Amino acid sequence: MKFALVGNQNCGKTTLFNQLTGSNQHVGNFPGVTVDSKEGLIQKRQDIVVDLPGIYSLSPYTNEEIVTRDFIIKEKPDAILNIVDATNIERNLYLSMQLMELHVPMVIALNMMDEIRENGTSIDIHQLSQELGLPIIPISAIKNEGVAELIHSVVEVAKEKRYPSRIDFCSGPVHRAIHGISHLIEDHASAAGVPPRFAATKLVEGDQPMRDELHLTANELDMIEHSVLEMEQELETDREAALADMRYTFIEDTCAKVVKKKGESKSYLRSIAIDNVLTHKYFAIPIFIGIMLTIFWLTFSVIGAYLSDVLAIIVDTITLNVDQFLTNAQINPVVHSLIIDGAFAGVGSVLSFLPIIVVLFFFLSILEDSGYMARVAFVMDKLLRKIGLSGRSFVPMLIGFGCTVPAVMATRTLSSERDRKMTIFLTPFMSCSAKLPIYAVFTYAFFPKYQGLVMISLYLIGILIGILGGLVFKKTAFKGKPVPFVMELPNYRLPGLKSVMLLMWDKAKDFLTKAFTIIFVSSIVIWFLQTFDFRFNMVDGSSSMLAAIGKIIAPVFQPMGFNDWRVSTALITGFTAKEAVVSTLAILLGTSPAELPNLLQTIFTPLSAFSFLVFTLLYTPCVAAISAIKRELQSSWMTLCLILLQCSIAWLFAVLIYQVGGIFL
Amino acid sequence: MTLDQLPVGQEATVTVVGGQGALRRRLLDMGITPKTKIQIRKVAPLGDPIELRLRGYLLTIRKEDAQQIEVEL
Repeated sequence: MKFALVGNQNCGKTTLFNQLTGSNQHVGNFPGVTVDSKEGLIQKRQDIVVDLPGIYSLSPYTNEEIVTRDFIIKEKPDAILNIVDATNIERNLYLSMQLMELHVPMVIALNMMDEIRENGTSIDIHQLSQELGLPIIPISAIKNEGVAELIHSVVEVAKEKRYPSRIDFCSGPVHRAIHGISHLIEDHASAAGVPPRFAATKLVEGDQPMRDELHLTANELDMIEHSVLEMEQELETDREAALADMRYTFIEDTCAKVVKKKGESKSYLRSIAIDNVLTHKYFAIPIFIGIMLTIFWLTFSVIGAYLSDVLAIIVDTITLNVDQFLTNAQINPVVHSLIIDGAFAGVGSVLSFLPIIVVLFFFLSILEDSGYMARVAFVMDKLLRKIGLSGRSFVPMLIGFGCTVPAVMATRTLSSERDRKMTIFLTPFMSCSAKLPIYAVFTYAFFPKYQGLVMISLYLIGILIGILGGLVFKKTAFKGKPVPFVMELPNYRLPGLKSVMLLMWDKAKDFLTKAFTIIFVSSIVIWFLQTFDFRFNMVDGSSSMLAAIGKIIAPVFQPMGFNDWRVSTALITGFTAKEAVVSTLAILLGTSPAELPNLLQTIFTPLSAFSFLVFTLLYTPCVAAISAIKRELQSSWMTLCLILLQCSIAWLFAVLIYQVGGIFL
Repeated sequence: MTLDQLPVGQEATVTVVGGQGALRRRLLDMGITPKTKIQIRKVAPLGDPIELRLRGYLLTIRKEDAQQIEVEL
């Protein structure tokens, strides 16, 4: 059997899904939209549970909501498992009432009952169940209480096909309109495979997708509009407000009967106390910067760096042993080089990102699950609004300064597809930490007195171009209407260890898959170009195909003040990893990295060096980042656009700097 | 009076939810319906958005959107 897990955001849905399925999960995407679809087998059973996106309503305005209703109507799950946050029951039941109209067997899991008990609140579950006409199971997902009963109940409901017995929530004008329309369109609804009751409610609301789906005649549409108009006049309000009001009125009356509250809840009071500090008028931003700096420091210099070093040692040891073995076995030198210089060097160098990604996501999932990320969006929204985004995009962009790969992966938390795509397009402009070695070598060689200043100017140029990009995107490619910034600030909660661990595992798996597919292949391609000439003879660097390509494209950099095939070749290898730019330059110039600064002065002037740095700052992301971008954008074409865009912008600005700078210097 | 003008900490009752399309629907879906008791808890450090309390939970919306909501004391 197949169950659909549906609920609001922040109601513990992911926690419950993890409790139900353990690590037995499969992440995918709904076709056509970048909305996650997670499936898993319920532990010790053969039943599938599908985790649908966290939503507040079944309106036709967001992809997440449309995906959810389409899934339930078209895939016809055997039952809906609706999870409701008992500490926020009024707003959560609003979605339940819409789900009940879908004519699918349904159970409500009333979550966070441990907090309800702690607060001294009481909820008459039996009476609530009678009022709503469906089974309600009290649970605490985080403590794994009531989950077994929940499974039992949902299986039973599905087997016996017990539909929610209540679908009328009011009498009066709204009721009359829904009923009238329901009869009128019954045939159309059955033909389209939509529950008539749900269709009627959506038509009263003025839901465009539903109108299109039912293929109504002009006459029927007229009759519908007429009865809606009658309802509106009688209630002195409009159709959407009338239905929202009808639902909330029913919920208020029901809650008044079954919920007995004893003052404010503890988690609410605790949240207010924490927010007095974390969203404080003056402290909020310094605290946020402090938290992010600490996370960066821990990730990139303490834990992540340590683990990366350990991993590098392991990779090196394996490489060395394999190398030795191949030598001893007298394997063909081409195959030898393919394995060691191609596969091992390529995949090995990106594998060292893995600990950083895992550690970073450990911290990020804590920020997200605890409820702090919503506060960051609240604090930073005003800044990002100017470039057509919302506060939610701030954190992914910030992570971009560490590494573009996890930054792009972190855009998953953005609820709007438009914001997500736009953030992905802007993130690569935030200078990632792998570019630091390039900056370090060049600033040391050309600007020894102003090293820091030049580096900061590079970061600022990246940010500036990101802002410009945002302003342009807002008016062009991403003109569409931004999703309104109406966001819940959930109570602070301790994140569940299981969820954090599963997320880390997810991201690690994701990255490893990439390392052994796209990154593996592109490492081999670069190796091939670097090792052979066009007659497929094995040669050293300077006469390889890669060098030939470097020579062809070298003139492109003429307007930036340098035209040297070794530089263009180094830039091509930067495609695999930015660190490779420096090492390739050293190899091709026939020198050690330590001697590199002196030799660079024979190729560059300070101005052309700066222009080169601006180019490396802005041009194509590395292959690991590109594969992450492709995965999140779900489109090769858009990914290609992004790469071309980045390269054009990089060229344009680097040339601009050299040419304009030349006038003044 | 519109919601953005409501003094911080004072409770008011929603009378009209204006605006249109996705934004209005979202406000209604999140429980800002006529007769709802509502209160501004806080203004963000940079002066916008605002943090609201209604139906026992916290919601943040932008000031320009709050202008669409009529309230009375």
